[in-house]
Amino acid sequence: MAKPKIATTSLAGCFGCHMSLLDIDERILELVELVEFDKSPVDDIKNFTGRCAIGLVEGGCCNEHNVDVLREFRRHCDILISVGDCATMGGIPALRNTVPLRECLDEAFVNGPSVHNPDGKYPDDPEIPLILDKVYPAHEVVKIDYFLPGCPPTADTLWEALVALLNDKPVELPYQLVKYD
Amino acid sequence: MSQSVMFMIDGVQVEGRAGQSILEAAGEAGVYIPRLCYKEGLSPHGSCRVCTVMVNGRPMSACTSPISLGMIVENDSPRVAQLRRDLIEMLFVAGNHFCMFCEKSGDCELQALAYRFGITAPKYPYMFPKREVDASHPDIFIDRNRCILCGRCVRASKELDGKNVFQFVGRSAEKRIAVNGEALADTDAAVTDAAADACPVGAILKKGVGYVVPVGKREYDDKPIGSDIEAKRPAAGS
Amino acid sequence: MAEILEEAAIREICQAHDCNRARLLDIARAVHKKCGYISGHAMNLIADELSTHRVEVESLVSFYSFLSDKPRGRIVIRLCNDIIDQMNGAQLVGRAFSEELGIDFGRTASDGAITLEHTACIGMCDQAPAALINDVVVTNLSSDKAREIVRELRQHTDPQRLVKHLGDGNNAHELVNSMVQNNVRLPGPSIFSPVNRGEALRKALVMSPAEVIRAIKTARLRGRGGAGFPTGMKWEFARAAPGDRKFVFCNADEGEPGTFKDRAILTERADRVFAGMTIAGYAIGASEGILYLRGEYAYLRPFLEHVLQKRREDGLLGDDIFAAEREPAPPKPAGERDVHRRPGTAGRRPFSFDIRIQMGAGAYVCGEETALINSCEGMRGDPRNRPPFPAQEGFLGCPTVVNNVETLCCAAKILEEGPATFNQYGSEQSSGTKLLSISGDCRRPGIYEVSFGIELSEVLEMCGARDAIAVQVGGASGEMVAPDQYDRTICFDDLCTGGAIMVFGPGRNVLEIARSFMDFFVEESCGYCTPCRVGNVLLRERLEKILDAKGEPADLEYLEALCRTIKTGSRCGLGQTSANPVLTTLKNFRKVYEVMVQEDREGLKRSFDLQRAVAEAEELCGRESIHNHV
Repeated sequence: MAKPKIATTSLAGCFGCHMSLLDIDERILELVELVEFDKSPVDDIKNFTGRCAIGLVEGGCCNEHNVDVLREFRRHCDILISVGDCATMGGIPALRNTVPLRECLDEAFVNGPSVHNPDGKYPDDPEIPLILDKVYPAHEVVKIDYFLPGCPPTADTLWEALVALLNDKPVELPYQLVKYD
Repeated sequence: MSQSVMFMIDGVQVEGRAGQSILEAAGEAGVYIPRLCYKEGLSPHGSCRVCTVMVNGRPMSACTSPISLGMIVENDSPRVAQLRRDLIEMLFVAGNHFCMFCEKSGDCELQALAYRFGITAPKYPYMFPKREVDASHPDIFIDRNRCILCGRCVRASKELDGKNVFQFVGRSAEKRIAVNGEALADTDAAVTDAAADACPVGAILKKGVGYVVPVGKREYDDKPIGSDIEAKRPAAGS
Repeated sequence: MAEILEEAAIREICQAHDCNRARLLDIARAVHKKCGYISGHAMNLIADELSTHRVEVESLVSFYSFLSDKPRGRIVIRLCNDIIDQMNGAQLVGRAFSEELGIDFGRTASDGAITLEHTACIGMCDQAPAALINDVVVTNLSSDKAREIVRELRQHTDPQRLVKHLGDGNNAHELVNSMVQNNVRLPGPSIFSPVNRGEALRKALVMSPAEVIRAIKTARLRGRGGAGFPTGMKWEFARAAPGDRKFVFCNADEGEPGTFKDRAILTERADRVFAGMTIAGYAIGASEGILYLRGEYAYLRPFLEHVLQKRREDGLLGDDIFAAEREPAPPKPAGERDVHRRPGTAGRRPFSFDIRIQMGAGAYVCGEETALINSCEGMRGDPRNRPPFPAQEGFLGCPTVVNNVETLCCAAKILEEGPATFNQYGSEQSSGTKLLSISGDCRRPGIYEVSFGIELSEVLEMCGARDAIAVQVGGASGEMVAPDQYDRTICFDDLCTGGAIMVFGPGRNVLEIARSFMDFFVEESCGYCTPCRVGNVLLRERLEKILDAKGEPADLEYLEALCRTIKTGSRCGLGQTSANPVLTTLKNFRKVYEVMVQEDREGLKRSFDLQRAVAEAEELCGRESIHNHV
């Protein structure tokens, strides 16, 4: 029987959650015994090769590309997990949610202290995805099955949750493993 | 010595004293009733509703309701837990609670309650309201992004400090905490005030001491809120 | 110079109220009237005079929608935007006001003269659309009338001159001077029956207080405001409560959308209301009463003060009521002889009772009795924690009875004619008659006095609304009833109501109506407790998604669970009933919801609208998204 597949992605996040996944240290050898990694920055597979058992989503959606990727994950994964505070509630990127979009763009591309932009225009290459009006938590864009909050969630949190899911057990994490900081 | 009052809580007979609230009497008996706006030493407020219990089948806030003889209180039941979980989730989405960089994280009562109830994400959509920060005072700051309108600062200032630094203004979702002046620096607030220590979340904090205790070693990092009260509970059968 | 004069005026206002902290609402209203708004400086002055804190003044000012801490026009136009007004064209009227003034709602015209605002139900649903222009009520508005009003106001700046035709009855009284119509379509045997002035009170005073309470209990009178608490029991609690000082409050904060019966009672039967209050005072041992009049009914105040004064002059109010009749000697004129009078009562102890009017300032929640008491104490209209109940500890910590206007009228009527007469009407559990305020899609909107137990279908027949597709009974906090339930009855055991009947005809969308009610509750929540402050916003958000065709089947369970949490968790009646529009439409009009929701098979959230989410960026960046948003 083929090993179940796992896909991961980092949307509007900092890759800290992925770092935390790598922090499971030697257990990563156990993990690759249990699963096969599909689309993920871990193995640099860019496109889904097939249906995945589990998708790990780091980060919320701050631009239209994030939305596309997240929707793709939802279509390809049986179980989709929001990993970390950014996916769960927007996180640090969502700090901009109380600031008007124009102000954000002006600060980033026009007025910021380190900006050199003589014509004062926003970057407008059509390849640059458009920014959303605010940062959306993943579950406001697609249905999410599990949440592993934390900034980042600890390696143990990720490990315990994955092991439970791969063994068809309920995800019941001990008190110490569910934290928002 | 006040008169003894016997009542039932979750099927267990509990003895309290006349005049005590359900929350106090239960606490003395080692039964933790979750709460946010309640703080020992302050008059009860009854606003967060987290301490809601069913009294003879009717919802009542345990912090404002006195015990009475033969009263039947339901505290630890699925429907009461669901109500409390909903209220906690409401408080999370109604403010801007960025735990990852909040100095209060680990010591925050709202966060601790969410941990206790095993909340991983709220079912409600985040509102991301625009709120004001007041850093004018040399020793204390107010971050209204985190305020849950429990009124503990209002009462602590009045009842313990003999001042009137804080008060609610506005109504409905626009309700917020205001200070007696244009900004906190205009008031007679002092870092030694009880009000500076009254906030259950990170909305009123003292400057310069945020990370004296590192994250991971804070009050609710290892044990759930309410554990101290529950430790007072006599062992079964004793 | 102007500032110094203003400062002096503010101090004078405070002193005229004895610098009494408990009169802060009156002081704030007076300062507002004088200065047009209440500035930070004014707050400091008031706080100084009252020996309180500025933030306490700010707390109160920011609570009431008729008070502002920012400059506003000398004239404030407040267009009512409740659902009935909307159905009658308030939107077009609003646009006309807006265009003619050149401003949006919430703004003040550039010359600073006129401010335009929306306001919740002003109790004129039977003559909608209506607006308040300062204290003056203008009714049956149209776009043309709105434009005419603005032009006139620009010329003479006197809202009172907008009243060209006076309404019926006492609306034409020189102290009311209003275009409001009573619209009493069916005057019944109780409330609007002719008043035999002084009779009820006279009969009460020859009885002992306990006998008065017994009469009320025998009549099985229950509160007419909506909750239906037994009045006699309430009075008994207050009577039994320890304390030398007790109060009787009349709740004339008629704010439930769609309710306007008290408006007509106060206009036509004020004497009966005051008699009821005085009788209640006698029964519970109070000598002070307060009529809490909603700010929207300020136009009635001079007239009501006049009625009170007249009662004082006639010995029906004030010191030693019926003093003359207490003396054994003077013979009474024929016809006034009292058959109930028994030997010995001539020697009763003197009874004194007086009434003052407390004005509200635009806050629905003040209709909740403990919020009303707080408001009278010069505080925000936050309801109080219970216990203690007002009958034990109410106004200024003293035992206080708070009764609805109609309830007090019933009490007077019971004393006037005896409980048996009162009991002829209605049923065992719901005795007497009830005033209904009927509005919406019907031919004869107005006030009807009916016997309890009447079927809804009969009510609809009466007001000319045979084709109603839905009826909201009990105002925004009531129940939306579907046609297959029109055989239900108005009474305390079935459709328990303060009397608002809002009729919706073919073509109306019950979801839109529920959303309008949620707008109201979101605005009017005092914000004290979590479920009401946050939950109602969430309820509206999800309702809007469903109306926007972005809902999913799971949203219906989400709404039900949320409604339950708000109802169970909320501290006062507002939050305990605010979910009713959603809950009852979900129950009685489930299909309307079901056709609006759809499951997404791919697990995407239908509520997330990518096109909308990138719209602003498209505009700011001047290019379109390369993604297919279909």
